[in-house]
Amino acid sequence: MSDVTETIPQDSPEQGRKKSDGKIRAADGTSLKRSLNRALRRQKLRALILIAPLLIFVLVTFIAPIADMLFRSVENQIVAQTLPRTTDALADWEAASGQAPGAPVYKALYEDIFIAQERKLHTRLGSRLNYELTGASSLFRKSGRGVGDMGEVYQDQFEDFDDFWKMGENWNAFLGSDEWLAEIQAWDKASGDDQPAFEMRDGMEELFPQTAAKYEIFADFVQYEDEDNLYKEDPWALIYSSFYDDLTGPTATQIAAYDGPAAAQIKAATAAAADFETVDYAAAFADVDKDWAETPIWETIQTYSGPFTNGYFLNAVDMQKSPDGAELRPENQRVYGTLFLRTLFMSLMITGSCILLGYPVAWLLANLPARTANLLMILVLLPFWTSLLVRTSAWKVMLQQQGVINDTLVWLGIVDNFNRLALINNQTGTIIAMTHILLPFMILPLYSVMATIPPAFLRAAKSLGATNWTAFWRVYFPQSVPGIGAGSILVFILSIGYYITPEIVGGTTGTFISNRIAYHISSSLNWGLAAALGAILLAVVLALYWAYDKIVGIDNVKLGG
Amino acid sequence: MSEKATGGDFVVFDHVQKSYDGETLVVKDLNLSIGKGEFLTMLGPSGSGKTTCLMMLAGFETATHGDILLDGKPINNISPHKRGIGMVFQNYALFPHMTIAENLSFPLEVRKMGKSEREEKVARALGMVQMERFGGRRPAQLSGGQQQRVALARALVFEPDLVLMDEPLGALDKQLREHMQFEIKHIADNLGITVVYVTHDQTEALTMSDRVAVFEDGRIQQLAPPDELYEKPCNSFVAQFIGENNTLQGEVKEIKDGLAVVKLDDGSLIDAMPVNVDKAGERTQLSIRPERVEFNMERLNPGAHTLQAEVLEFIYMGDIFRTRLRVAGNDSFIVKTRNAPDQVRLEPGQTVEIGWQAEDCRALDA
Repeated sequence: MSDVTETIPQDSPEQGRKKSDGKIRAADGTSLKRSLNRALRRQKLRALILIAPLLIFVLVTFIAPIADMLFRSVENQIVAQTLPRTTDALADWEAASGQAPGAPVYKALYEDIFIAQERKLHTRLGSRLNYELTGASSLFRKSGRGVGDMGEVYQDQFEDFDDFWKMGENWNAFLGSDEWLAEIQAWDKASGDDQPAFEMRDGMEELFPQTAAKYEIFADFVQYEDEDNLYKEDPWALIYSSFYDDLTGPTATQIAAYDGPAAAQIKAATAAAADFETVDYAAAFADVDKDWAETPIWETIQTYSGPFTNGYFLNAVDMQKSPDGAELRPENQRVYGTLFLRTLFMSLMITGSCILLGYPVAWLLANLPARTANLLMILVLLPFWTSLLVRTSAWKVMLQQQGVINDTLVWLGIVDNFNRLALINNQTGTIIAMTHILLPFMILPLYSVMATIPPAFLRAAKSLGATNWTAFWRVYFPQSVPGIGAGSILVFILSIGYYITPEIVGGTTGTFISNRIAYHISSSLNWGLAAALGAILLAVVLALYWAYDKIVGIDNVKLGG
Repeated sequence: MSEKATGGDFVVFDHVQKSYDGETLVVKDLNLSIGKGEFLTMLGPSGSGKTTCLMMLAGFETATHGDILLDGKPINNISPHKRGIGMVFQNYALFPHMTIAENLSFPLEVRKMGKSEREEKVARALGMVQMERFGGRRPAQLSGGQQQRVALARALVFEPDLVLMDEPLGALDKQLREHMQFEIKHIADNLGITVVYVTHDQTEALTMSDRVAVFEDGRIQQLAPPDELYEKPCNSFVAQFIGENNTLQGEVKEIKDGLAVVKLDDGSLIDAMPVNVDKAGERTQLSIRPERVEFNMERLNPGAHTLQAEVLEFIYMGDIFRTRLRVAGNDSFIVKTRNAPDQVRLEPGQTVEIGWQAEDCRALDA
C-alpha cells in the first residue's frame, strides 16, 4: 500500500500531469482533452454508422421534403419567370393612378404570353394568380388564344408580301451562322446524333435585336422542348412581329446598309413594312378580355412580381395585400383565423377530456397488482392494434342520429325520439372520437410516471394527519404532474395536426386546419397556401412548446422512470 | 430503564391476528403492552410479521382479529390520519416537490395551525435535529443522513405521543447509522415519547431499546430488555438470532441443584444452565457466547467439566482475537478474546482445554 502512494507525484493531486500552461496532460504529454477525444472517436464513429441509415432516410424522405414544402410558402418565381418583360415594363407603373399601363407594357405582355402559351405555361400562371385575383385563370387562358391572332397580323402581311418569309429555311439561312447551317443541313435525325445547337450569325443581335432575341427562344424551344428539326420549322408569329419592330425600330438605318444573306428581301420588306397594318396591343388585349383594360390584374401582377412573397402567409391569416399594405380580408372571406382558433380550442378540449378520463385509469393501473395491471394495460393498448380508420368509422356508427348511442338513449327515455342528439358531423363528434383515439397517449405516460411514485408517500401523508383527499391533492397529484405534462403535450400536438378523424366525423363545423391544408394540397392545388398554413401550424406548436417549457419546465415532462 | 421496561398499557395488542390471504396467518396471536415513554423495538428476520404489526398500529393494515388499543381506546376502526401517530418510513418518504420546511409544515397545515405557530414549530423541530439551515432545500439536495433527520423531525413536529419507525436507518452507511442510533435515542428520551421501532439489525435493537420483541414466524419469541435478551435467550432461535453464538448438541444427563450436566454427542460431559429442559434424557442445544468461553482453567469453578478443543484458525481483528476451534465435532466453535497485553495467542493445530461457568451455557430446546 505504501509503495503505491509514493509513486504519485507530490505536486499533482490530479491523475494527469499539469504543465506550465495549466492544461492537464496525459502520461505521454499530449493534452488530456485531445487524447480523450481520440479515445472516444472510434465510439462516436461507431454510433454514427449505427444511426446513419435512419439519419439518411429521415433526411431524404422527411426533412428535405418538409423544407421544400415550407419554402413553397414564400416562393413566387412563376410570375417573374413567365412574364419577365411585362414585370420589367410594369415596374414604373403606378397602381394608384387608376389608369391601365401604357402601350409598352401591353407589347411586353403580348410577347410574354405568346412565349408562355407556346410552352403551355400561361395556364399555370393563371392558376397561380387566380389565388390572388379571381378570374385570372380564365383571363390567361383566353389571352393565350388571343395572342396568336395578334401576331398573325404581321405574319400574314410579310408572307403575303413575299413567299420568301414563309419558309423556315429562309429564316435560318438569314439568321443562322454559316457553320451551323452546314451542320444542320448535314444532320440526319435518324442517325441518333444530337441536333446541332442553333448559332446566331454574327452582327444579327445588333442589327435585329428583337428578332434575334425571340428567334433564340424559338430555336431553343423547337430544338429542346419540341425536339423538331429547326431547319424545316416555320417560325412563330411572334418572330414576324419582332421583325417588323426591328425594321421600323431604332436600328432601321443600319439595316438599310445590311448586305448579308437575304439582303434583297429585307430591303424590299423594309420598304413594304412602312405601309403595313399595325396592331394596337392594348386594344387587342382589351378585345380579348376587358379585364386587361382595368387596373386590378395589373396591380396583382405588379404585387406578385417579386421572387418571394408573403402573400400566402397573409392569406393564411385572413389578410390580403392592398396598395396600402396588408389588410384584413372582408369579414365574409375570413376562414383561417376561425379554423386555427377552432383547432386550438378543440385540441385543448380533447387534451382536457383525455386527462379527466385517463388519470383514474392510470392510477388504477399503477396501483393494481402486476397481473391485473398487465391485463388492463392490454385493454388500454388494444385500440392500437386496430386500424385508425376502422375505429373512426365505428364512431360514425355509434354516434349518428339513428346510431347505437342515440337508440340507447331513446330506449332509456332520456332523449326524445324526435329530438335525437346531434353527436356527429360537428365538434362534439370530433371531440368524442379523438378523445377515444388519443386516450392511450395520455394513459401511458401517466401510468409510467405514477408507477414510480412509491405508495409510501400517500401513507406518509396520512400518517401526518392528511385526509385521503388532502394526501392525494397535496402529495400524490403534484408528483404525477410530469406525467400529465407529457401526456398533454403528446395528445395536444397529435390532435392539433389530426386529419383523418375530423375529416370523417367532423362534418363542416368539426374540421381542423389540417383538413384545410389537405384540401389545398390535393384539391385546390394551392400548395403555397397549404405550406403557409402548415408553417403557421408548426410555429404555433413550437410556440406552445416554448411557453410550456417556460411555465411548467420541460424537465418536468417524464415518459417514465 | 427498568421502570419503563415493566410495561404499561399505552399501546396494547390484544390477541391480534393478521392474514393477507385467508389461509396463512402472518401475525399469530400477538399480545403486547407498551408503556408510555418506552422505546420498544420489534426485531426479527424479514417475513416474521414485525412490519405488519407496525402497519396495523399505524392503520395501514387492519387486524383480522383482536384489538389494538391506544391509550385505552380501541383504534381498529380509526383511519390512519386521525390516529395522531408519527411515522418514519424506510426510505423517509419526504415529499420531493416540497422544501424541507414545507415538508415539516405539512402535518401542521392539515391540522389548520396558524402560520406563525407553524413556523415556530418547524424551526424548533429542525433545530432538534440540527437542520436549521436546510429549511429551504429540497429533499433531493440532502444526503441520506440529512434526509433521515428531516424525516424524524417531520414525524415529531406535530408532537405525537407515539412514533413508529420502520427500519429508518436501513439505507445509511455503518458509521452514520451508529451515529443516528444515538441521536434518535436521545431525542426520544428527551421528548419522553413512546417509540415503536422496527428493524432486522440486532445491534440497532440492542443499543437503542428499552425492550426488544424478537419476532419469528408471526409470534413474539422473547420480549425482554437488551441485556436479558443477549445473556438469557429463552430459546434457541433467540440465542441464534441475537449476537454470535456457539451451539453444541447433546442430551441432558441429569439436572441437579439448578444445573444440568449434558452429555454431548461425542460422549463428553459439560455443565449448563437448564432453560427449556426439565428432565434427564431430553435432547438439548447448548448455547454459549464466544466471549464466555474460558481456556484459563484457574478461572473455572473447581470440579467443572471441561472439553478438549483443537485450534483450527486464529484471526487477528485488532481489538479482539477470534479463534476457531473444533469442539465435540463442531468445526465452527468460535472463541473471542480481548487483545490484552497478557492474552494468549493460540496457534492453529494446538489442542487446548476449554470450559465455562455453567450459568453462561444455556441448555435450550433442541
